[in-house]
Amino acid sequence: MTRTDRNDVPRPDAQLHFGVFFQGVNHWTIWTEPGSGSQIAPESYRAVAQTAERGLFDAFFLGEGLRLREINGKVHDLDVAGRPDAITQLSALAAVTTRIGLVSTSNVTYNEPADLARRFGGLDLLSRGRAGWNVVTTDNAWTGENFRRGGYLDHADRYRRAEQVLGAARAIWDSWADDAAARSTDAAAWAREGSIAPVTYRGDLVDIEVTGSLPRSRQGHPVIFQAGDSSEGRDFAARNADVIFSAHGYEFDDALAFAEDIRRRLAVAGRPADALRILPGSSIIVGDTESEAEEKARWVREQQITPGTALAQATLLWNVDLSGYDPDGPLPDVEPQEQDNSGAFGAARRPDSRATVAQWRDAAAAHGWSLRQTVIELGQRARSHVGTPAGLAEKFARFVREGAIDGFNLSPYLVPDGLDDVVDSLIPALQERGLYRTEYTGTTLREHLQLPPARAGLGVPPAAQFDREASPVAQK
Amino acid sequence: MAPFAVALEIDGAGAHPAAWRRSAHTPDRHFDPDRLRRLGEEAERSGFTLVTLEDDLLPGTAPAGRIGSPERAAFLAEVTSVLGLVPVVPTTYTEPFHVSSALAALDHISHGRAGWVVGSTPDVAAARAWGRPEVSDAAGLRREAADSVHVVRALWDSWEEDAVIRDVPTSRYLDRDRLHYIDFEGATYSVKGPAIVPRPPQGNAVVFAAPELVDPVQADVALVSGRDVAAVASAAPNAAPRRFAEVEVALDTAGQTGAERVAALAQHADWPDRGRLRYTGGAEGFVRLLTELAGTVDGVRIHPLVLDEELPVLAKSVLPHLRVARLAAAAPSGQWLRTTLGLAPSVNQFATTEG
Repeated sequence: MTRTDRNDVPRPDAQLHFGVFFQGVNHWTIWTEPGSGSQIAPESYRAVAQTAERGLFDAFFLGEGLRLREINGKVHDLDVAGRPDAITQLSALAAVTTRIGLVSTSNVTYNEPADLARRFGGLDLLSRGRAGWNVVTTDNAWTGENFRRGGYLDHADRYRRAEQVLGAARAIWDSWADDAAARSTDAAAWAREGSIAPVTYRGDLVDIEVTGSLPRSRQGHPVIFQAGDSSEGRDFAARNADVIFSAHGYEFDDALAFAEDIRRRLAVAGRPADALRILPGSSIIVGDTESEAEEKARWVREQQITPGTALAQATLLWNVDLSGYDPDGPLPDVEPQEQDNSGAFGAARRPDSRATVAQWRDAAAAHGWSLRQTVIELGQRARSHVGTPAGLAEKFARFVREGAIDGFNLSPYLVPDGLDDVVDSLIPALQERGLYRTEYTGTTLREHLQLPPARAGLGVPPAAQFDREASPVAQK
Repeated sequence: MAPFAVALEIDGAGAHPAAWRRSAHTPDRHFDPDRLRRLGEEAERSGFTLVTLEDDLLPGTAPAGRIGSPERAAFLAEVTSVLGLVPVVPTTYTEPFHVSSALAALDHISHGRAGWVVGSTPDVAAARAWGRPEVSDAAGLRREAADSVHVVRALWDSWEEDAVIRDVPTSRYLDRDRLHYIDFEGATYSVKGPAIVPRPPQGNAVVFAAPELVDPVQADVALVSGRDVAAVASAAPNAAPRRFAEVEVALDTAGQTGAERVAALAQHADWPDRGRLRYTGGAEGFVRLLTELAGTVDGVRIHPLVLDEELPVLAKSVLPHLRVARLAAAAPSGQWLRTTLGLAPSVNQFATTEG
């Protein structure tokens, strides 16, 4: 039930925070439209980042894949594929934006901590404190075939590795005293004696010695994002993250339950309930009227599920070669097979294919749907919030003021203009209701997110703090 | 025949270990992005062909650190428009897959102005920083460099330039037959491919390497050391498509001679002999040296004694003379760095022969 008195909510003054996820490698990015621009040209990245900055967004967000997705041992050819190295692209955007946060998804399994710490530290300095790191893990050996070590990590060790990589990175970020670099060319040395502490990190999955190359940025450390939804992933986030990029942002009750679960986990981790922002991934489709918005959503869905994509989605669900079937005909009459979990198609696989197929068949029979229509209605979908600016603003007011979310990480379905509607019509509607900032009040990503400076960071004498052996393995 | 190329190394404070003492900025401004921006703009305005940016995971001593070179180069790509951007990226412990992605991205961001100085990391402290087995002997360093260059080039070739077809009737974004597994098997690792970044605009970014580290046939530009012009001439490998001389320079400035400036810095530290051609003196003499070198090599990479002091002299009193003599171009003239340097277009090792 919606409370009517605006003061009768847990967070009457809460405002929404938006990030934009420059998508690509999945079927929700429409590439068949004349308006769909290049997925690699720098102009596309600049346009989306600058549009988001015009809309006073907190962050511009890039994903990462370390191997091209495959179906049945062949490179998947139906979706957008290919993208720039994220940190390199964001370093360029640092030069043509001034406020928006720049967040890279970077894998801790196939990157090494000293290198990652330095790359993120560099981005943080180039952007004057606007860097963020979405920490992701993988255990699959299929991705490992592109790297020196090959597959090496057990599934159970994914988050232990992540925690150790992050621990080492934080020690490296904190290894320079704030006054390490001399303020005069007549100083005794370029860096004050003893002001840069060598870092030794000893864990069973990360064991390194390194001297850091960079001072802290204005925000102390890059902002840590985390997106895993498993219980382990949530605990990792509660212990380590500043922002959760969640999958719970459509149904109010589901979003609130997730947020309350995270707050419980934060308490267990000894962190305050407001130490972390929850930004579900979402798509927003805006229209001048409800029916216009619904029509647009329908159109988007049909563009996303091309006949080829419908068949590919069904192939993933069935795990059977369906190439002989007509996407515009009935559902395949064969039974689904056990799922393969090699990681070759990311996390797209469904856990219980038999039940899902049965459900699809029932619905298709009831409505007279073809295979493609069934996928459009029931397939793996980029769910959207659909409505008018005013209607969406009222809806989001409840989400944010009741403490179910802090905002959204939005995925436009079209590059580079897919964000324009949100910035031009939804943002003003939110601002009118006091739900959104009317100007940037800070300069760093942490300030945009109303997060305190990095926990381990500012003012701590690094030599005393980190020139020691960490023992993260002993922690539970 | 491409004009004589003039590259400038812009990392740190300069080629001298104590260069920071004469810099126009204090060490605490070293990481300031505005300084980097001004440096890139000034190098481009002065007419340099390209800039290189030294790099390593291990910090130096003065400066005691640096932002990663691919990140700095990408930042510069947005504040310059014709300047070549050539980061040093070491090969001893880095992941060739990531190196390939970062440099391909740089080439896309800069619309074909990216290059790569192939580096190596002899200091075994790097092995502990990376958490990898030590590679300390020259043969091991050469092996890692050769394998990296091989893998990086193969990954750049793993997408044919027309792999993105956006074929609406068949719902296909890609033609998967124009993507290629590279299936590299080396002595210490293997890489499957294909790349995750589409083929760079130049095909392959321009690969620069010292012949002591990388077989000249694997590179586009050999970076040649030698203490005098004759030594450079004899060391310049014929197998390399282009040869640049490495030149350290201490120029006379308004108030002091180059020799006086070197002497002043010698109070703080010696200027180590890296086996490179070194010039100390006036701009006219340096122009004569470059003119002489132009008869032997295709370009130079200048390592200034103190970047903030040499750069204005190079801009005002050296590069204009090269332009007047029609030795150097007013600005990089090619569509890509590769064409500016007169290099042949990249041939894709995996190209399919259809139509």
